[in-house]
Amino acid sequence: MAKILMKGCEAVAEAAVRGGCRFFAGYPITPQNEIPEYLSWRLPEVGGAFVQGESEVASISMVYGASAGGTRAMTSSSGPGISLKAEGISYLSSTKLPAFIVNVSRGGPGLGSIQPAQQDYLQATKAMGHGGFRLMVFAPATVQEAVDIAYDAFEYAERDRNPVLMLMDGCLGAIMETVELPPMKDITGKETAAWNVKRYPGEKRSPRALTPVYPEMFLEYENKQRAKMYEAWQKNDVKVEEFMLGDAEYVVAAYGITARLAKEAILRLRAEGFRVGMIRPITLYPFPKKSFDGLDYSLVKGIIDIELAIPAQMRDDIALEVKDRAPIYEFGHSGGILMNDEDTYAQIKKIVTGGDK
Amino acid sequence: MAEYKRASSILSTPSGFCPGCMHSTAIKIIAEAVDAVGQSETAMHILPVGCSTLNLAYWKGDMIGAAHGRASAVATGFKRCAPDRLVFAYQGDGDLAAIGLAEIMSAANRGENFTVIFANNQTYGMTGGQMAPTTLVGQKTTTCREGRNPESMGYPLKMCELISNLEAPYFVARYALNTPKGVIDARKGITKAFKYQLEGKGFTFIELLTNCPTNWKLSPLATIDYMNSNTIPYFVPGVYKDKGAQL
Repeated sequence: MAKILMKGCEAVAEAAVRGGCRFFAGYPITPQNEIPEYLSWRLPEVGGAFVQGESEVASISMVYGASAGGTRAMTSSSGPGISLKAEGISYLSSTKLPAFIVNVSRGGPGLGSIQPAQQDYLQATKAMGHGGFRLMVFAPATVQEAVDIAYDAFEYAERDRNPVLMLMDGCLGAIMETVELPPMKDITGKETAAWNVKRYPGEKRSPRALTPVYPEMFLEYENKQRAKMYEAWQKNDVKVEEFMLGDAEYVVAAYGITARLAKEAILRLRAEGFRVGMIRPITLYPFPKKSFDGLDYSLVKGIIDIELAIPAQMRDDIALEVKDRAPIYEFGHSGGILMNDEDTYAQIKKIVTGGDK
Repeated sequence: MAEYKRASSILSTPSGFCPGCMHSTAIKIIAEAVDAVGQSETAMHILPVGCSTLNLAYWKGDMIGAAHGRASAVATGFKRCAPDRLVFAYQGDGDLAAIGLAEIMSAANRGENFTVIFANNQTYGMTGGQMAPTTLVGQKTTTCREGRNPESMGYPLKMCELISNLEAPYFVARYALNTPKGVIDARKGITKAFKYQLEGKGFTFIELLTNCPTNWKLSPLATIDYMNSNTIPYFVPGVYKDKGAQL
């Protein structure tokens, strides 16, 4: 299949359509505007619907309504808007409705900045809304990877009857890269989905009520079922890239755009004889626990956590697996500042050569 | 003599609404209107948050429970993907005119092709009688114990007047459920709204003036008089917009 040059946000939008998305509602916010802009003309072409909502709060509820009728539905936003969508995401999880949500992340907190950042890790992986539910969270590092995740997001969302979140930093949304777009999925027959409360004429069945309010015993039962689902994710669905780990004395931990910078730096350091490797989580939740827990700590002298977040947010998850067997160093930027490849190389080298001690 | 039957979308379960509450009347006439347009099999009822969430227990049909205030947004998402279904949201005054004000005004302004039925009883019934956006000036609630003071709390919102000022809505009307005539007119109005929706005319809005004996701290009978002397003079019943009649 031919490769084409596409901007990250637009590639994600096209991949979602090819993955079966037929409804989008969203609200303008930088740096993800190309997603709704693209889908505003693209969805009608495939018989889908696009609504520019009056707010992120309303948009996620529109997604909820569309999904309740058996339509593959998505929304996208960035930090401040994702916070507003938290209400609806919790309701989607509560009512076990599939949906695909994209956070093209920017600097925070507050309105923050419109430049790329990775400051929504904790929100995405720990508490994407009230009530203590979890989502599968994917963090692509290339536009192609974002395309692949967007293409398959509904498969996970429908398998689990739970929303799926893709957390990509503003860099990935804005850069253009060559991508191979997958073919259009056949989504006929999806209307019989169990969560579809839409009745078809002549259909003989009891009325369905999709309700976000539960009797307490039933709610506890549902939460126990969710706990089992999260355990199953940890067992079956972790995605991670392990790069040059075999003999590594220092292990970089990074995801998304920072992992790409780190990879370049690692190759330079390797050429200089430094034994550096990298663990790049692709699923931030479920977190690749085994990759960190299973390192050879007789060899590993340190973990270097690189994030566009100050303080680093993934560090807590890393620390739980490292269990004090090696020191964890962290560096990065925040607020929308991106390090360049030279900085990244120099910072890692400083730690590896003991220059930071 | 005509045979009187229970509407097909109403379960035979006894109502759990407070004695004298007009919600049960409202639900009954909505169900009768759904029957009148022959859509009881496939109609989609969007539930709000508030007392009317209790419709879950009385409504025999498919339902989607929305987050507080988001019924019009949920209805938008559902209807855009199911344009041939009869879709209606039933919302209370806190749900629609406070936390859901953006959603209702925007759905109305887009001319979304569904019906919103607005139960206005001037209080938050479910949470125990707090001040609503529609609470009358001077009306006492648990959060304005001396009565609503417009100097700091503003004036009750007139939703029919607001929505009928928008370009897109097709049919906007208000009815009071405290007289048999009001109930019959309301049923006719809801039926008309549903017919317009099925014809693809766009947004239709029905406001029903109802009561709350429990939180108004009045007997059911006294609420009827209260509505005549207080509610109805401020929230004047009538058809505020009917693009079909203008043709």
